[in-house]
Amino acid sequence: MKIKTLALASALAALGTAGLAEPVKVGMITTLSGGGAGLGIDARDGFMLAVKQSGNTDIEVVIEDDQRKPDIAVQLADKMIQSEKVDVLTGIIWSNLAMAVIPSATAQGKFYLSPNAGPSALAGKGCHENYFNVAWQNDNLHEAAGAHATAEGYKSTFILAPNYPAGVDALTGFKSQYKGELSGELLTKLGQTDYASEIAQIRASGADSVFFFLPGGMGISFLKQYADSGIDLPVVGPAFSFDQGILQAVGDAALGVRNTSQWSKDIDNATNKAFVESFQAEYGRLPSLYASQGFDTANLLLSAMGKASVKDADAFRAALKEADFSSTRGDFKFNNNNHPIQDIYVREVIKEGDVYTNKIVGVALEDHGDVYAADCKM
Amino acid sequence: MSLLLLAEQVLNGLQFGIMLFLMAAGLTLVFGVMGLINLAHGSLFMIGAFAAAAVAGATGSFLLALIAALAAAAAAGALVEVLVIRRLYAREHLDQVLATFALILIFSESTRWLFGSFPLFLNIPEALSGPVTLPGGIQYSLYRLTLIAIGLVVAFGLFLLISRTRLGIQIRAGESDREMIAALGVDISKLYTIVFALGAALAGLAGALVGAIQSVQVGMGEPVLILAFVVIVIGGIGSIKGALVGAILVGLTDTLGGLLLPLFFGLFMDNASATSTGSALASMSIYILMAIVLVVKPSGLYGARA
Repeated sequence: MKIKTLALASALAALGTAGLAEPVKVGMITTLSGGGAGLGIDARDGFMLAVKQSGNTDIEVVIEDDQRKPDIAVQLADKMIQSEKVDVLTGIIWSNLAMAVIPSATAQGKFYLSPNAGPSALAGKGCHENYFNVAWQNDNLHEAAGAHATAEGYKSTFILAPNYPAGVDALTGFKSQYKGELSGELLTKLGQTDYASEIAQIRASGADSVFFFLPGGMGISFLKQYADSGIDLPVVGPAFSFDQGILQAVGDAALGVRNTSQWSKDIDNATNKAFVESFQAEYGRLPSLYASQGFDTANLLLSAMGKASVKDADAFRAALKEADFSSTRGDFKFNNNNHPIQDIYVREVIKEGDVYTNKIVGVALEDHGDVYAADCKM
Repeated sequence: MSLLLLAEQVLNGLQFGIMLFLMAAGLTLVFGVMGLINLAHGSLFMIGAFAAAAVAGATGSFLLALIAALAAAAAAGALVEVLVIRRLYAREHLDQVLATFALILIFSESTRWLFGSFPLFLNIPEALSGPVTLPGGIQYSLYRLTLIAIGLVVAFGLFLLISRTRLGIQIRAGESDREMIAALGVDISKLYTIVFALGAALAGLAGALVGAIQSVQVGMGEPVLILAFVVIVIGGIGSIKGALVGAILVGLTDTLGGLLLPLFFGLFMDNASATSTGSALASMSIYILMAIVLVVKPSGLYGARA
């Protein structure tokens, strides 16, 4: 029954867009090999699922692997713009790669829809009318973590993040919404795998809680070692260390941890339910927040394709800006800097049967934009 | 800063160093005996961790997982030696680097093909989990203490192997003069395969042991590989003793640098800039150490050859 409804919906969607058919060529540059591949694969699968469900045959997607290397991402972008002649670029996961690609792509008149990275440099003075972020501005989830720590009444939090731009942004974001004292602040090495030294400092600091931003494997290592250390302080962090892909590798060590996210698989709306079900049916695993972001990015693009031709840049831009698609996160609209205004939730890690996953326990920030929007002259 | 914290950090540095030693021992043996730069050594570390995670997931036994890691890494090492590496001994270092770099890519993508792109689960065995209280009131992870003990036992075993056994004599002879021991009738190609598999097994063991407290994922070996190269350069190429001393030096410098440098800069800077300057300098500290060692002793602490 559900499959029938879905098929019907996609057939209708296809009918709806057929009238304005103008082929759109999309270049997707994302990380499909190496240590960060899980994120790119999820974003790609979410994106392609939406394209498939739309039944829209006017969209062509060229997918390339950036190997998480800025130089390769730049080469791929040049190739896509010059020889593939794509209209829209998307897919980049990491902020340092985004900084290397996006400004030059938008300067050449291409649209860029970000399914993940949202560096502050592109949200404020460096904003661009052709650059849309469908995920979040980098600081958002950390600000929400700070708000949550304040709401929980934590008085002295120990904070740590890797020593690179997004890590520094994370600590800034947390501090902007956190009213308590900091019992310690550490910048760790990017890609660090052993946190014994940091954990010893947390133990000695007399903190009452810990905030960390350690995406991917770094977070897995930290949580396992933290659980083994016998320290029993509450932990908060952004969703990146607790997404569906890595929770299974952390296991019991993550149970009960609070994390902040703009998406969760139990957000109660029809789009999200259909998304979670169809993603599982298609790929045989639960979607992560990256998958939801890829899915939303594709649906935003499809919604604009239904309204305007990509050859008419002004009309297409206006159609994108309307954000007239039904997002897996419920309410979604663009701020003046083309970054989302959305709710950010607090989730808790739980175990459902044999699978570790998240459930929503509250809202940290409602209709939240970002602080850089004020600097964006657009 | 309390003495307890310092003591705990010294233990952490020691544990980190011991794990580096397991990686560096194989690397330095292979470099010393065969004159081969093996960039794929990190892949063997990864194979050990993945084999351990797969076996632990299937059987629930950590001991079996360790045995599987040793076996898988040794088998992969021997296979690679026979198929690929053997053809590289006579080549230049640049060819070796190129070929072993290709091996990294092949191993990484094959592992992804077999196990998927998401990290695997491998946990500390129940019996070793949680902290213990050491004399002086130091709370320390029992598992990490076990790692130190295992590493020291392996180091002692290697020392005996090199100094007391026939194989050890052949290895030492191979280090000083390859042609001569071949002329004396030692089956040099068998010796090479054994040494390579031994180095691989040590890397695999390190991967499995470390995998339990870290993330078992594709590409986990490369960051360790870089540190292992630093260790063998500091210790002197080909020297097991040098690898042990170098590894512990690197472990302690890295751990204590991360703790002490931000505190040091905190004496005359505000907190935020002390943290960032200190952290930046701390991540450079082991390379600075390497540079100093190379200036004072160009062939490394225990290196025989320059």
